[in-house]
Amino acid sequence: MLKIEGLKVSVEGKEVLRGIDLEVPAGEVHAIMGPNGSGKSTLGYVLAGREGYEVTAGSVTFRGRDLLAMEPEERAAAGLFLAFQYPVELPGVGNANFLRQALNAVRRARGEAELDAVQFLKLVRGKVKALGMTEEMLKRAVNVGYSGGEKKRNEILQMAILEPAFCILDETDSGLDIDALKIVAEGVNALRSSDRGMLVITHYQRLLDYIVPDRVHVLLAGRIVQSGGPELARALEAKGYGELQAAA
Amino acid sequence: MPAATNTLETVRSVTEGGYRWGFETAIEQELIPKGLDEAVIRLISAKKEEPAWLLEWRLKAFRAWQSMEEPRWAAVRYPPIDYQNLHYYAAPKQKTRPKSLDEVDPELLRTYEKLGIPLREQEQLAGVAVDAVFDSVSVATTFKEKLAEAGVIFCSFSEAVREHPDLVRRWLGTVVPPSDNYFAALNSAVFSDGSFVFVPKGVRCPMELSTYFRINARNTGQFERTLIVAEEGSYVSYLEGCTAPQRDENQLHAAVVELVALDEATIKYSTVQNWYPGDAKGRGGIYNFVTKRGACRGAKSKISWTQVETGSAITWKYPSCILQGEGSVGEFYSVAITNNRQQADTGTKMIHIGPRTRSTIVSKGISAGEGQNTYRGLVRILPKAQHARNFTQCDSLLIGDRCGAHTVPYIESRNPTARVEHEATTSRIAEDQLFYCRQRGMTEEEAVGLIVNGFAREVLKELPMEFAVEAQKLLAISLEGSVG
Ligand SMILES: Nc1ncnc2c1ncn2[C@@H]1O[C@H](COP(=O)(O)OP(=O)(O)OP(=O)(O)O)[C@@H](O)[C@H]1O
Ligand SMILES: [Mg+2]
Repeated sequence: MLKIEGLKVSVEGKEVLRGIDLEVPAGEVHAIMGPNGSGKSTLGYVLAGREGYEVTAGSVTFRGRDLLAMEPEERAAAGLFLAFQYPVELPGVGNANFLRQALNAVRRARGEAELDAVQFLKLVRGKVKALGMTEEMLKRAVNVGYSGGEKKRNEILQMAILEPAFCILDETDSGLDIDALKIVAEGVNALRSSDRGMLVITHYQRLLDYIVPDRVHVLLAGRIVQSGGPELARALEAKGYGELQAAA
Repeated sequence: MPAATNTLETVRSVTEGGYRWGFETAIEQELIPKGLDEAVIRLISAKKEEPAWLLEWRLKAFRAWQSMEEPRWAAVRYPPIDYQNLHYYAAPKQKTRPKSLDEVDPELLRTYEKLGIPLREQEQLAGVAVDAVFDSVSVATTFKEKLAEAGVIFCSFSEAVREHPDLVRRWLGTVVPPSDNYFAALNSAVFSDGSFVFVPKGVRCPMELSTYFRINARNTGQFERTLIVAEEGSYVSYLEGCTAPQRDENQLHAAVVELVALDEATIKYSTVQNWYPGDAKGRGGIYNFVTKRGACRGAKSKISWTQVETGSAITWKYPSCILQGEGSVGEFYSVAITNNRQQADTGTKMIHIGPRTRSTIVSKGISAGEGQNTYRGLVRILPKAQHARNFTQCDSLLIGDRCGAHTVPYIESRNPTARVEHEATTSRIAEDQLFYCRQRGMTEEEAVGLIVNGFAREVLKELPMEFAVEAQKLLAISLEGSVG
């Protein structure tokens, strides 16, 4: 579903991704772990099409299309979703309104009918409840004044509503309390299906207890230095990155 | 493409992308020759079959105007206006004064339909009475009978002069005296039509009142006059909308609006100003020099101005409140967008005269392209205004790096018990905000619209529903705040 080959990316003239090869087939969940500054968020941003990330080599194919040639909104319409490590504040923009506009944009792109206010509210109310959020959150401005955990839940709410084909979660577990972590993991697991792929960036095994990945990759200084099954994450949790760093 | 350029392109397509109201109505016109002297004023007055006192009033204003100089203090630049090279009266040719809509020229009805303002009552949004002013005259006022049942007078200014001369004579010029300023004096001399509203004691006006101004004729100045009087304990909400055809030459619009609120009366006055702004090179567009002032004469009276200013080449406009009655309240909520070569110098004046008077000012300026946006606001607290309070919030949003935003607050407090607060911010649409929206599937255009709308939200939520929709479309946005 997602195929990354020889991807090199520079930011502000500095090579941050130094040759990434990674394939995530439909139906699989892959986890990416790695120390701070190793390039995990950069990978997410490049896949989502953020400006300022210069691809100097390599290719990315997503559902058979050249992902790197597409505009960010085209990638979103094609089903790519990024849950941000640091969700962005939009002062004055009501959360419900934002969600509806996003959903309708994606539905339009998929050739589906837009939802009116009533249909939308019905949909969103159900999801809000499932994620243990309050409806009050819908009225507030997007991410403005939200606690760290609320922001992360809000990302998952957006994901639950947009039902994307491919989800990239960038440290969605950071800043969540134990209960919230479970709820968010349930939200993610609810979306797991044979035609959906996921890339889960995390620092902690804890999340992977709930969202059990098919593969785990270790990103170190812009390269994937090791890949394995769920047991790799447990080993890393116990030993840290020291040995790998020494080897690299 | 770097974010800034991209955004600029977007804003251009959002705000300029073809001015959709720029068409011209082909209709037979009655124009009086260009130029301005006493004879022209007499002619206008005669055409309108005015009483002698009003002609005298006009002539006095004209003489005052002749001795005045055009103000130059605003931060706007434009070539000198040749006041002798304008028509001062243009009217659609009509044999008799139409008694009902059936007698109104169908071409005019079609014009308003095209503008989204159907004048046939059964086709209208429920609950809005409309006075349609086309060039110098009012062509129709709807729902008059229903309003009359409630005792509310809502008609064109000319009709008010004919039907309610005592009311007009009593209140005209009591808030904006004929010699108040250069453009107000000019308006007082040559004003053509406009709207008149009178809400008697204790009456809550049963529907929104609205005037839709349309400039059509070429080389014609537009000078309307609006007068709203709300007696003790009454309430009225009034909306004003405006558009004009797209033309290469500039057109002058110098209106005067006077509001009077007696004890415990409330007047809510909303404007969506969308006069033609000129093209990307700065050719054409309306010069909008408007004097709007409300007098809170009575105790606990309230006047609230809300404006969304998207059009005009030049905007010079300071809707103000004279807070005379004890405990009276003045509000000013404004969104002003300038794009391309548009210039806006707008703001308000809050004059606190009575004790415990309160005022709130919320101004949101959005500049894009080479647009220049100036907020100019005066808060004056007079010695008797014990415990007066003002809160001012001025926010500017810049899009691109060739535009400008300026904030010029004047605060004069002559009472030590008064409290005046002023906050100002300047921000830009951030790259990460645009990216966040686009990652969720919105086009850059939608993202800009959404963010701009969010920025202006505090003001937009003050608009009556019927207008909020139009205003949001104008800011290129869908339903902010209608869900949840
Ligand atoms: N816009 C930028 N300008 C300069 N350097 C950048 C920029 N974005 C990323 N970098 C650098 O690229 C490297 C990788 O950053 P990235 O955010 O991808 O790390 P990460 O693996 O997500 O780290 P963390 O675990 O802390 O979230 C870092 O050294 C970072 O400083
Ligand atoms: Mg990161």
